[in-house]
Amino acid sequence: MDKNIYLHASRLDIGYKDEAIVADINLELKNGQALALIGTNGSGKSTLLRTIVNLLKPLNGALTVFGKAPGTSPSRVAYLGQFHHGGFILPLRAIEVVRMGRFPMHGLTGRMGKEDDEIVHSAMRMMHIEKLGEMPLRYMSGGQQQRTYLSQVLAHRADLLVLDEPTAGLDAGGRDLYLQAMRSELARGAAVISATHDIQEEANMCDHVMLLARKVIAYGPPSTTLTPEALLETFGIVVTGDKRLRVIESVHGHDHGEDQH
Amino acid sequence: MDWLIHPFIANDFMLQALLAGVLVSIACSVAGTFVILRGLSFIGDALSHGVLPGIAVAFLVGVPGILGAAVGAAFMIGGISLITTRSKLSSDTAIGLLFVGMLSLGVIIISHSSSFSGDLTRILFGEILGISTQSLILQLVATLVIIVITAICARPFLLLSFDPEQAQVAGFSSRLYHNIMLFIIALTVIVSFQTVGTLLVFGLLIAPAAAGALLARRIQIMMIWAVVFGILSMYIGLLLSYYFNLAAGASIILVTVLIFFIVFIIQNIRSRKFFSHRGKAHG
Repeated sequence: MDKNIYLHASRLDIGYKDEAIVADINLELKNGQALALIGTNGSGKSTLLRTIVNLLKPLNGALTVFGKAPGTSPSRVAYLGQFHHGGFILPLRAIEVVRMGRFPMHGLTGRMGKEDDEIVHSAMRMMHIEKLGEMPLRYMSGGQQQRTYLSQVLAHRADLLVLDEPTAGLDAGGRDLYLQAMRSELARGAAVISATHDIQEEANMCDHVMLLARKVIAYGPPSTTLTPEALLETFGIVVTGDKRLRVIESVHGHDHGEDQH
Repeated sequence: MDWLIHPFIANDFMLQALLAGVLVSIACSVAGTFVILRGLSFIGDALSHGVLPGIAVAFLVGVPGILGAAVGAAFMIGGISLITTRSKLSSDTAIGLLFVGMLSLGVIIISHSSSFSGDLTRILFGEILGISTQSLILQLVATLVIIVITAICARPFLLLSFDPEQAQVAGFSSRLYHNIMLFIIALTVIVSFQTVGTLLVFGLLIAPAAAGALLARRIQIMMIWAVVFGILSMYIGLLLSYYFNLAAGASIILVTVLIFFIVFIIQNIRSRKFFSHRGKAHG
């Protein structure tokens, strides 16, 4: 098998034991490539990402990560989930959260050295939070926390980045930094798969997009895939005008509070 | 100031009690930190009461109570994981069920045998003033084991507290390290019941760590605060019990809870000042 194929799925069915969410997914992602998953909340984006990082088992079909079963190469895969856990009680400073991104490279007891510190700091610089290192996570705003989590992902220096709504809660500045960081990760040779609502900038930066609405509506390069018809089927209502597409979501599981332009 | 140290110099049992108290405080602070961070209070509570029938049976058969406590704790954890994996009931339902079941079973066993009447208080409130050298050594070993395991598992424990899924994806089995964490909590409860009793060990497990959580910005610092508060409560509690002839275990726990509330109030006043100051600066 081609070593450059980082992610491969054929006839993949995903979901939970008693509920299939999306059937018959086929995709391929090579090093240096990005894939954006687009769809409403509940469309199956998170389910696919969680299956890729082995938090969910595939129901049917084949899925390989670096040519092997999902979950077998933790040091090469970085994952950003949509977690909102008890950060209120946890006494953790931002730098410790980012440093966790180095754990998969060192396992249980491997020593972390100067090089790790440099990687951690450069990841924090990338998201412009280098001055917030000493700040407890619980005193940070939602946007600052998201930047911290993104820095953690960057500090991993992983070969495959699996990101669930990475721009949630970010302001315009944060979103620009994120896009910049992704470009440099791709240039480094990493592959990125992300769930996003940003069909303008982020999706257009990707080599492929996949439109999901509890089934695969379309899959291919953004220029030919993001058609008004396909978006209509994905989201319900689409307004076109002055060359920009605007999506108004019709189906909601829950609202995440981020804006979607 | 002689009265502050005299009781511990003049009485062997007071010194033994303080030593046991320090060891128990360290074990409880380390385990308690994770109980607080991971929201495992309920399971800590259940474990501390679930060991009761085990201890009762051990006393009845004439084997060391600590063995019975270990069997009780294993039964409790096994039961919880059986119910949660074989049914759709959440773990707090499973914990609650086993918790009241084990507690009642313990009381029934104890009350049924008439020779036990004194033992019930001993089990529930501990006998810190009658600690044997043998139990002290056992406590020392257990505390060292807890510290070593926590040091080795520092990374997965941190990830688990941060986000169990993140731990799993990073290559640290959430289930394995969760179980190791439960083992540490159970071990703490098992070796601590002789000092402060099954009813009160739970207080020592959560109160110092909770006070530490209010103050610290880092988990290691939270643990250190918890140890300081735990040892302080042991010392003050023992002194109070010595001079005013109070039940030792209960005095210790009361002090530890009082310390929590003092820290809580100070912290609230400080943060209110901080925020009103910040509000003015920005407004």
